[in-house]
Amino acid sequence: MIFSEKHDLIRKLARDFAETELTNDILDEIEATATYPTELLAKMGKAGFFGVKTPKEYGGQGSDYLSYVIILEELGRVSAVTDIWVSAPNSLGGGPLMLAGTEEQLKKYLPPIATGEKIMAFALTEPGAGSDAGGTTTTAIRDGEYWVLNGRKTFITTAPVADWAIVYAKTDLTQKGSRGISAFIVDMKLPGVSCGKAEHKMGIIGCPTSDIILEDVRVHESDILGEENRGFQNAMKTLDIGRIGVAAMSIGVAQGALDEAIKYAKERRQFGQRIADFQAISFMIADMATKLQAAKELVYRAAQLKEMNSPEAGTAASMAKYYATEICNEIAGKAVQIHGGYGYIKEYKVERIYRDCRVFTIFEGTSQVQQMVISGALLKK
Amino acid sequence: MKIIVCAKQVPDTNEVKIDPVKGTLIRDGVPSILNPDDANALEAALQLKDKDSKISVSILSMGPPQAAYMLRECLAMGADDAYLLSSRTFGGADTCATSTTLAAGIRGIGAYDIIFAGRQAIDGDTAQVGPQTAQRLGIPSVTYVQKIREIKKKSVVVERQLEDGYEVIEVEMPCLLTAVKELNTPRYMSVERIENAYKAEIKIWNENDINLKAEDCGLKASPTQVFRSFTPPPKGKGEMLSGSIGEMAAALVGKLREKHVI
Repeated sequence: MIFSEKHDLIRKLARDFAETELTNDILDEIEATATYPTELLAKMGKAGFFGVKTPKEYGGQGSDYLSYVIILEELGRVSAVTDIWVSAPNSLGGGPLMLAGTEEQLKKYLPPIATGEKIMAFALTEPGAGSDAGGTTTTAIRDGEYWVLNGRKTFITTAPVADWAIVYAKTDLTQKGSRGISAFIVDMKLPGVSCGKAEHKMGIIGCPTSDIILEDVRVHESDILGEENRGFQNAMKTLDIGRIGVAAMSIGVAQGALDEAIKYAKERRQFGQRIADFQAISFMIADMATKLQAAKELVYRAAQLKEMNSPEAGTAASMAKYYATEICNEIAGKAVQIHGGYGYIKEYKVERIYRDCRVFTIFEGTSQVQQMVISGALLKK
Repeated sequence: MKIIVCAKQVPDTNEVKIDPVKGTLIRDGVPSILNPDDANALEAALQLKDKDSKISVSILSMGPPQAAYMLRECLAMGADDAYLLSSRTFGGADTCATSTTLAAGIRGIGAYDIIFAGRQAIDGDTAQVGPQTAQRLGIPSVTYVQKIREIKKKSVVVERQLEDGYEVIEVEMPCLLTAVKELNTPRYMSVERIENAYKAEIKIWNENDINLKAEDCGLKASPTQVFRSFTPPPKGKGEMLSGSIGEMAAALVGKLREKHVI
């Protein structure tokens, strides 16, 4: 794809930021302490990374999905966990609000999210309702002006540090599956809201994930998000944007893995020559680069279709997510292979990349769910 | 208060490689960037603007039409408006002709209090254009500014970097200051300002727009003649001494004697 000058400048901003701020020392410290520096988050907020697509009147940057993709790509090239922090407010936090929020809700919640002052979590998944979100068992029962929420959400990104969460709960128990679900904006400080302990994850260490437990939490009716009983449709639309986001992270992280593999193959000597001079290695690199380029084109296209509100946008997002996350894992695996024993050692970047990207084919819809979405669109007709 | 910042688009010399056969610079595919010292100059202006929103910051450059990209970057950092002096007539200018053109451009923009420029550009390394421009405008200049201490009503107090320290200078406005990298750390652009930069108009002026005659511009008005350019041969490998301090000192004295230095 040929980019406009504007998008080139967006890339320059994100690349300069990544190369200057996300130093090896900082990344090692994040990994060691499982804590992301708040100063760094403040700088990202100032650069506008938390509200890329959010309209200016709600404190955002008023840019487009392609800018969002480029930012995730360039930051992810250096640090996958940074991408999680950037995507959370843009997609899972801000997305449902922008899709369904009332004017009052937009004014109240969007600006602090878009600037990074406050954190909004997205709470859909439950212990027994993962890919099958229709199996939601969290309930919200009306009591006068309030809704009373009970249930447990799991694997919620940023939950331990969130100020608010968008919680999906069953509001009409007579309706089956994905029907009768509503979305609520829940203040994490309300009585009855608590978080489980932060999970020990394989990768993307430095962005906490935990359960959210709701025990007789009273949410005011002004904080219902979107139409009653229509919350699931809202959640699914948010996941479209989320999928483009994960696809964008994948091409960035894969580029980082490819960069490292090329560098190492040119340095490392065995049998009297650079390992890059062995066809077994050089062809591996050719395959990695070609698949990565194909993935990039899918992701950029998905972003553009989403920007145009095309009816194909959902399928395009699933294709981009499916392919980009799979080849990212493949490229990261090959990058470790090219590094040999050193690739298994924490001092080398590919070790972290390999662990970080493993979740990409899982969260925001597994590869298998993407295959269901893609084939469903093709076979339904 | 009105500030004008002079900036230049330069090849990224970190990316420039030397042709090992011809000994010339390979410029093909080398990205063009905002000259690093000019980024410090712009940052200095923007920091003053941060403190007083009534200050306006204009950015001025001479260069080919592609330099508009660099000006958009300056807008995305926070400059209010941008001017590009661009014409075939300006081509081949040395520092003398460049400063004539820039001074005419500055007059075209209008009244100003401070002009900021970078100390020097990484492609030519002359450090002449700033002070020469001040000369043409008939205003005082301070080069190598490493700190701005105070903006008074009619003057500015700055620290001027020296090799072994600095001097404190109070200079009357309007004046021209050239920035060194120690002055500040240039800010990032932001997504929103990039969006705005692409909605803004960059004013492009040729010699007629700034009331200059063609013979006062470009190659024709440049007394500098490049006689020959060459790549200096690389210095030989250095020699590292080892051992105790006494042994190394003795070896060093021996080597210096050998070369008749002492």
